[in-house]
Amino acid sequence: MSDIHTPLPRRRFIAGATALVGSTAIGLPAGAATKAAQPEKESLKFGFIKLTDCAPLVVAYEKHYFEDEGLNVTLEAQANWKVLLDRVIDGQLDGAHMLAGQPLGATIGFGTKADIVTAFSMDLNGNGITVSNAVWNEMKPLLPMEGGKVKHPIHADALKKVVDKWKSQGKPFKMGMVFPVSTHNYELRYWLAAGGLHPGYYTSSDISGTRNADVLLSVTPPPQMPSTMEAGTINGYCVGEPWNQQAVFKGIGVPVITDLEIWKNNPEKVFGVTRSWADRNPNTHVAVVKALIRACMWLDASMANRVEAVKMLSKPAYVGADEEVIGNSMTGSFEYEKGDKRPLPDFNVFFRYFATYPFYSDAIWYLTQMRRWGQITESKPDSWYMETAKKVYLPAVYMQAAKALVAEGKAKDADFPAKTDGFKGPQDGFIDGIVYDGRKPNDYLNKFKIGLKPKDAV
Amino acid sequence: MELVQRMFGAPLRDPRAWARSMGMAIVVPLLALLLFVGLWAGVAPRIETSLGAFPGPAQVLEQTQVLWQGHLAERANRDAFYQRQDARNKEKLAEDPSYQPRHFVYNGKPTFLDQIVTSLITVFTGFLLATVVAVPLGILAGSSRIVQAAINPIVQIFRPVSPLAWLPIVTLIVSAVYVTTGTPMFQKSFLISAITVTLCSLWTTLINTAIGVTSVDKDLVNVGKVLQLPLSTRVRKIILPSALPYIFTGMRLSLGVGWMVLIAAEMLAQNPGLGKFVWDEFQNGSSDSLSRIMVAVFTIGLIGFALDRLMQLLQNAVEHK
Repeated sequence: MSDIHTPLPRRRFIAGATALVGSTAIGLPAGAATKAAQPEKESLKFGFIKLTDCAPLVVAYEKHYFEDEGLNVTLEAQANWKVLLDRVIDGQLDGAHMLAGQPLGATIGFGTKADIVTAFSMDLNGNGITVSNAVWNEMKPLLPMEGGKVKHPIHADALKKVVDKWKSQGKPFKMGMVFPVSTHNYELRYWLAAGGLHPGYYTSSDISGTRNADVLLSVTPPPQMPSTMEAGTINGYCVGEPWNQQAVFKGIGVPVITDLEIWKNNPEKVFGVTRSWADRNPNTHVAVVKALIRACMWLDASMANRVEAVKMLSKPAYVGADEEVIGNSMTGSFEYEKGDKRPLPDFNVFFRYFATYPFYSDAIWYLTQMRRWGQITESKPDSWYMETAKKVYLPAVYMQAAKALVAEGKAKDADFPAKTDGFKGPQDGFIDGIVYDGRKPNDYLNKFKIGLKPKDAV
Repeated sequence: MELVQRMFGAPLRDPRAWARSMGMAIVVPLLALLLFVGLWAGVAPRIETSLGAFPGPAQVLEQTQVLWQGHLAERANRDAFYQRQDARNKEKLAEDPSYQPRHFVYNGKPTFLDQIVTSLITVFTGFLLATVVAVPLGILAGSSRIVQAAINPIVQIFRPVSPLAWLPIVTLIVSAVYVTTGTPMFQKSFLISAITVTLCSLWTTLINTAIGVTSVDKDLVNVGKVLQLPLSTRVRKIILPSALPYIFTGMRLSLGVGWMVLIAAEMLAQNPGLGKFVWDEFQNGSSDSLSRIMVAVFTIGLIGFALDRLMQLLQNAVEHK
């Protein structure tokens, strides 16, 4: 990285240096000019939610990757996604572990309006949908079996029969998700809709998202999901780990499907900062992304590292759940019904498949789902999707960090998709078999049976 | 000699009465405590929660040690952090003599002991603020019927308000009003907790002070008036000495209320302190969480008890002067 792009910190650096030697001469050591740019801000506070996929932040801290970049980072657990977002916006946090939909939702003004950007995708997959024991007992006899076990993936049409029965008895069917613009909301909606259940529309006047709904969705913070379901307030939920496995351990519910089975290798969390923070601290931003890339590489380097990461995450200050519970999904397997543990090596992906690169097509997928469910109330041209994605996703910052790591010998060229134009190309691997092409968002919206079409309005 | 007399005088003079009073003071509470622990140990394993059986005394004791070990480990981490920082500074200086060494403050997690200290500082700040406001206001209300009539409805309406209702308002106001650049002197979360404590613990002191002032011997007050003593002297020499027991009782109750309020406020607002510790453990939902919460419950109780005793001692000291 050249110094030309960063005149301000260097000037400050020179001022500091001359003050230190107590001289007014410009005699700066020749080496200093060619050194890596200094971070503009060195003491940083990042927020996270108690979920296993906060791992990149935890690892970068515990393995001193942040320190290697000259950063002094404090990590702080946040109560819920709204608090986290608000604190990033008002500057109490420099950046945070965010839902992929959060920077997009904030930028287009659904919920809190603010310019949030991301240069780093934290992981792929990692969520599951869990139903309460009562629902599972009604659902299980309806499911096809295979070799004495329930056949996976479980489709929502089995749940539809249960919901229809409840409806005829006048009982509402309620499920929890973690935030209106969360991956969980869209995944849960995707799964329900693929099975013929309407998850409800958002409208400009009704932002609860329950218009026409067969299943009433509401927001519950991730760590409270199991206890809320246990209390009977919701009958199931979609959440990240360890809160699905927690339900199995507590014996209060059964995970029916993971998001990996809904959309193979879907982008999950991102590292989000405000646009103004990113503009003021370009060098710091690159330094943070460097540390996070190293953390993700470490996480996917070996099973031993994963086991070590589980130990870190189980500390009370991070996720705090039992090692066993966290370890279940982090180490490549997933327990559905109690005792029905199946291998799921890609349940948590941190670096493989270019997981950390901020693809425009990922951003556009979330935007299509926001439109599908009415969070975006009016029709938008394909170009709007592209522009919004470019406003929020900053692959240039990512590549700057990646190149620096390659130059330092900490990563290889092949680790990064240097040639990509930001689109993964047409993707299959969705539970309903519909192919997604990020270049044609309106086309994509036309393919869904349930959901708003490009020209619809609610 | 006098001490020996005081210590052993009673048993020598009246051994039976002494034994009875000692029995009441030590043996009965001890037995009751043992009974309580026994009951707890017996009942706890039968209560099956989703986090496993409810912890008994043994598990709670074990977690107390774990928390202490955690505290020591975190301190070791801190030392390691500073060592790494020094090493890094040295290395950078060797590379580049003009480098300005960085001296960051350790960025680790607060331990259980840190949380206790935070809570104590917060509750005392809030309590002192409450006292500073409530005592003069109470004296004013006690000495003037007009002021009393004016203040009364406000006090009656705000006194029963739960801290949970104040919290969002305080949070929003502090966030809006307390704008700082750079490193602020106080953390916002600290101010929010302390002010909430103030708002909730204000009233008891205020009311008690007012009652204390009203109940000052009328003759004394009249003497003051006849002698045409200036107001400050009247307050110092006549009103305060008589009203002091009431004021201190009010303050004692206020501190108790403040301590309870603080824990709730910290839980709800996620502000650092014991309340946050309890909430975090609840959220963590690990198999040790309940035991850790019990450790916090006992800690909160013991500290509350200690605070009450402290106020009592203070009261005695002041009154007997």
